[in-house]
Amino acid sequence: MSHSLTSPAAGSTASAPALEIRGLGKSFPIGGLFSRGSVRALHGVDLTLGRGEIVALVGESGSGKSTLARCVARLEKPSSGAILIEGVDILKRDRFQASRAFRSQLQMVFQDPFGSLNPAHRIEHFLRRSLAIHGKGGGSGEEAQRRLEELMTTVGLQADMLNSYPHELSGGQRQRVAIARALAVEPQVILADEPTSMLDVSVRIGVLNLMRKLRDEQGISMLYITHDLASARYLADRTAVMFAGELVEEGESLDLLSNPAHPYTQLLVSAVPDPARAGSYDPVRRAELRQAVMASTQCAYDGDPNQACSAQEPVRHQVGDPENRHWVRCHLYQPWAGADGHALAGEPAQPNLPASNAKEKASA
Amino acid sequence: MTISQVSFGSHEPVLDVKNLTVKYIGDTRSTTAVDRVSFSIGTGEVFGLAGESGCGKSTIANSIMRLLKDPAKIAGGSISFGGKDVLAMSAEELRRFRWQDVAMVFQSAMNSLNPVLTIGEQIVDIFTTHAGYSRKESLRRAGELLELVRIDPARLKSYPHQLSGGMRQRAVIAMAVALKPSLLILDEPTTALDVVVQQEIMAQIKELQRELGFSVLFITHDMSLMVELSHRMAVMYGGRIVETAKAQDVYATPRHPYTQALMGAFPPLTGPRIPLTGLPDGVKFRNIPDLSEAAPGHFVAPVGADASVIDSANLAGAAR
Repeated sequence: MSHSLTSPAAGSTASAPALEIRGLGKSFPIGGLFSRGSVRALHGVDLTLGRGEIVALVGESGSGKSTLARCVARLEKPSSGAILIEGVDILKRDRFQASRAFRSQLQMVFQDPFGSLNPAHRIEHFLRRSLAIHGKGGGSGEEAQRRLEELMTTVGLQADMLNSYPHELSGGQRQRVAIARALAVEPQVILADEPTSMLDVSVRIGVLNLMRKLRDEQGISMLYITHDLASARYLADRTAVMFAGELVEEGESLDLLSNPAHPYTQLLVSAVPDPARAGSYDPVRRAELRQAVMASTQCAYDGDPNQACSAQEPVRHQVGDPENRHWVRCHLYQPWAGADGHALAGEPAQPNLPASNAKEKASA
Repeated sequence: MTISQVSFGSHEPVLDVKNLTVKYIGDTRSTTAVDRVSFSIGTGEVFGLAGESGCGKSTIANSIMRLLKDPAKIAGGSISFGGKDVLAMSAEELRRFRWQDVAMVFQSAMNSLNPVLTIGEQIVDIFTTHAGYSRKESLRRAGELLELVRIDPARLKSYPHQLSGGMRQRAVIAMAVALKPSLLILDEPTTALDVVVQQEIMAQIKELQRELGFSVLFITHDMSLMVELSHRMAVMYGGRIVETAKAQDVYATPRHPYTQALMGAFPPLTGPRIPLTGLPDGVKFRNIPDLSEAAPGHFVAPVGADASVIDSANLAGAAR
């Protein structure tokens, strides 16, 4: 059990990744009917989700993570880019709307388990309908029934709850039903948009554990969208940080959260309350970070005449051990050894990075 | 006097709640939302009340402010504030008590600000009605108040919708401390906010508290946040307090299984990944007995072998 917690999913490099997002962009028109203005919600997002891998997408509200989820779920039409599931570009395959074939590959679990289950139907209805639409129920009624009970057991619910109505269940149980409904289709990828944020704190961890179990036992890949860094660290193999519509940093979760390289990631990590390291962040340093990052809606250093880089596209710098696949997209990134500008003072969990980084110094 | 010098408990309590019982009385049935709850808050102390939705923590806050409306009824117990009996106050006394003695910050800042008045008008309103200052004097003080929470005084002319969520919450906090109350009730003040803004608001509250020396009743379900901010805390379950002690003690050695489950529900940001369990579905506590002292200053409701746990088989998995 503990082994599976620490090792990244095996076999993710064997064949095409479960989900691959290439250069995804989305802009929304603003202003009146004849206005040409638009706001850029996503820009050049590249993200790969290996088989049997959970990737967390973190960021604050307005960073574009939900827009990304809506684009991948085909609820929103991306302006540019490609979304590949098992190597096939689904934006080209189903040009206008999501097809049934696509839905059987990718399922969603939404934030609000109270809104996502129709109160007029019994639990059985939701699961049976999923099975029927996607033809996964088998031939006989008996077989479908067996499958329903199996699904309920998988998500840790009693089979006799099939006859319950949603209002008879707690929030955690409802979210488990929503997960069972997604599983009924036997998808390769589950897209979970803040699945625990509306649940009571004591049952949240149960849902996270369920998601982990599904990855370990059934090899389902998940894109876990959250603003809760601690739960991302707990659940996800890799974590990607989104800021102003772009991915700014990505890496193995534990490594990313102990060595955040991008100022925005550092700010996020430093803001999470954790009694274990209370008072370990210098408030002055944090205020500076905040000033640098939050004052701007785009790159923190965009337009700064002292930074020659602001005209170029940011490049990726590798952070630390290549095995952690940890990269950051900031011109100002410097390895910790040489960083006097971006390291947070007094971070206790900060190991010294290997000196091999020195040559990757951002000299742009 | 500053908060850093206060040793908890040795001072005269600002607020003393004893055996408070609140019932919601319906036509056919009634529910006990708060059941014989007792706690006190010392001068300059930050007291945290933790628990999940529906455990009665907001009902307690509303009872202290005497804001409960039908069908809620205070069925027993006493609340005394600086020696005065809050439950016996007349309407006129209550008007002075609210805001001047005790102020409250609610979860949703947008709902506690009037959308058709500017921030300035709303702050001026506090000073003219409660403190009797002139309009000009009030406006000057309103500007100072915004500076106190690091908002540009030019924002006095802004309407609530023109401010960001964090700024609105800071404006509400400024209004709450306008009359220098001796107790500030914070009911989930940062739940709707992003983590960076949340951290700033909490830092702001700490700073204000150090400057002004008021006591705080801090209500949240986020245990990490609570342990960081509070001196002492109590954990509520089903209308009862199941554990109360210094926040650091609760964090280091949670003794009640429910507290352990709550603590286990927050993954840490440092250290190795440890499997956590939280509270399994179906575990419920019932007939929670009165607190008894398990260690010096650490009070826990004893977990009986029979009545207090419904599903003890699942509970074994809940304890870390």
